[in-house]
Amino acid sequence: MIMVEEPGLLTTVQDLGREGFGPLGISASGAADPVALRVGNRLLGNSPAAPALEATLAGGAWRFDADTWIALTGSDFGATLDGASVSTWSVHPVSAGQLLKMPSTRSGARCYLCVSGGIDVPLVLGSASTHVLSGLGGFEGRPLKKGDVLRTGPSRAPSARSLNATLAAALAPRRSLRVTPGLQSDWFAPASRAALIGQSWRVTEASDRMGLRLEGVSLHLRAPREMVTSGVAVGAIQVPPSGQPLIVFVEQQTTGGYPVIANVSAADLPSVGQLRPRDSIEFEVVSHESARTLLMEQESLIESNELLAA
Amino acid sequence: MDPSTPGNGASFARASDQALLVSFGDRISLESHRQVLALAAALQGKPIAAAVNLHPAYCSLLIRFDACRASHEDIEREVLERMTQGRPQVASALREVEIPVCYGGDFGPDLQTLAQMRGLSADDVIRIHSQTEYIAYFLGFVPGFAYLGTVPEAIEAPRLATPRRRVEAGSVGIAGRQTAVYPCAVPGGWQLIGRTPLAMFLADREPMSLLAWGDRVRFRPISSDEYARIQQDARSMPGTTPGEDPHR
Repeated sequence: MIMVEEPGLLTTVQDLGREGFGPLGISASGAADPVALRVGNRLLGNSPAAPALEATLAGGAWRFDADTWIALTGSDFGATLDGASVSTWSVHPVSAGQLLKMPSTRSGARCYLCVSGGIDVPLVLGSASTHVLSGLGGFEGRPLKKGDVLRTGPSRAPSARSLNATLAAALAPRRSLRVTPGLQSDWFAPASRAALIGQSWRVTEASDRMGLRLEGVSLHLRAPREMVTSGVAVGAIQVPPSGQPLIVFVEQQTTGGYPVIANVSAADLPSVGQLRPRDSIEFEVVSHESARTLLMEQESLIESNELLAA
Repeated sequence: MDPSTPGNGASFARASDQALLVSFGDRISLESHRQVLALAAALQGKPIAAAVNLHPAYCSLLIRFDACRASHEDIEREVLERMTQGRPQVASALREVEIPVCYGGDFGPDLQTLAQMRGLSADDVIRIHSQTEYIAYFLGFVPGFAYLGTVPEAIEAPRLATPRRRVEAGSVGIAGRQTAVYPCAVPGGWQLIGRTPLAMFLADREPMSLLAWGDRVRFRPISSDEYARIQQDARSMPGTTPGEDPHR
C-alpha cells in the first residue's frame, strides 16, 4: 500500500484511458503523457496499461508499507527516497517504511509514479483512469488527498533497471509540435493560417487535462461562419471567437462548435501532456500520411526490446 | 481536405490523423439524425476492429481509430460496407422521459431576462418550454449531457456573452434552438431557466446517464417543495416507457 502524506498539486490515478464511451459524452481521459506511463510499465514488467499516479508540477510525498519497485517517468520532479536522489526513467527498489518525495518539476508538467503491480483501484467502464470533471474512475473519482491509502497489485522483479539512453532520447517531449490541417483550415484568413505556424505560442495558466489555452497573435476566419456542433478529435486546435486557440486534450469535451484550424498529430500528443503554463511552443504542418508514419515509428520504438538497457 | 461523397448522402472528411468524420449534410434535421443513429447502430452491431471510439452529433459521427492499425481509407471502406449491407432500422420512438423542473428564481437566473427579451412573461416561457416534446439528438460535451431539440422559436435565446464560470448540476438551459440539462457542475454559456432535482449522470448507477440518444423528452414544472421532495431520493429515475432500444 501507499499512504498519501502530501498529494502534490494535482495527482490522479491514470491508465491508458476509457475508450468507447463517446456516445455517452464520456471522453477517454487517461495519462496525459501515455509514452511515459507505458515506458514506466515496461521497465517494471507491468502490463502496458497498468495504472500509475500522474503528478502535476509538484508531486507530494508518498509512504510505502511494503518492499516493492518503482519507476519515475516523464518529467524530473527532483524526487528523493528517504533523502537520497531518485533518477527518472529507471527502476528503484523501495523498502517498507520509506518515504518518496517529489518536490517540484525541473522540466515538464507531469511525472508518473509507476509501481510494480500497478495501482489497484476498481475499474469503471473498463478503466482505472480518473475523469475529474465527472468524478468517474480512479481513486473515488477524484484527485488524491492527504490521508488516502492506495492499494497496489502484487509486485514482481522488474524487466530492466534503465533505458538505452540513445533510443530513449527519441521519445523526449517536443516543443515543436507536428500538426495536420484541420477540418475548417480553409475557413481561416490566409494571414491567420500563416500565423499559426509563423510564430511561437505561449501556454496560458488556463490549461488543464481538458484543454490548453494558447496566447499569441489572434486568428480570424475569412468571414463569420457558424458551425453545427460535431464530434471533436483529441488534439484539435480550436479557435473560439476570441481568436486565441486552444488544444483539446485528454479529458476533452466530446463535441464542440468552434472551427478547427489544425490537429496535433497523435505522435506528438504525449508532448502536449508535458507542457507547463508559460511554456512556448511552435507548430509545423505535416501530411496525414507523415503523421501516421511518425506514430508507427514511435510505437515500434516503445515496444522494441532494445529500448530497455540490459 | 475536400470531403469526398460516397453517395447515399454521407461524406467523409479527415478530422485528424486518427479520426474520420462521417457527415450527413450540414444541418440539424430529423432525417440526418436518423442516418447518424443508423450508422452508429451498425458500427456498434458490427464494430470496425481498429475503431476505438465514436462521437455522434446532430448530423455527423466522428470515428476515432488506431492509426497504427488502419488508415482513413480503410475506415471509409469499412463504413461504406456497413452502409450498403441492409441499413439497420432505428425505431423513431424509443423511450419517453419526463424531467421535473423547478423554473425561475435562483434555479433559473436567466428566466426573467429571456422572457423580457422575447416579449413574453416568465410563465409564457415556462409554458412553451414544458409543452414542447424534445428529441435527444445525441450525448456530448460532458458525460450525460443530452442535446435536446427543437426549442420553439418564441423562446429561442442566444448564448451568454460571457459564460458562467460554474453552472450547477441539474441546471436547465437554452442555447439557440437547443435545450439541455447540465449533468455536472461545469462552466457554461447557456441561458439558465430552471433546475431538475434528478441526477442526470451517476457513475455507479445502471444506466449511468438518465437520457439516451433518441429519447423523447418532456419537462414538467414543479414547485420548490416538490423539488426538495424529489431531491431526497437523488437516485430516483423518472417514469420511462420501455421500448425497443437498439443501442444496448
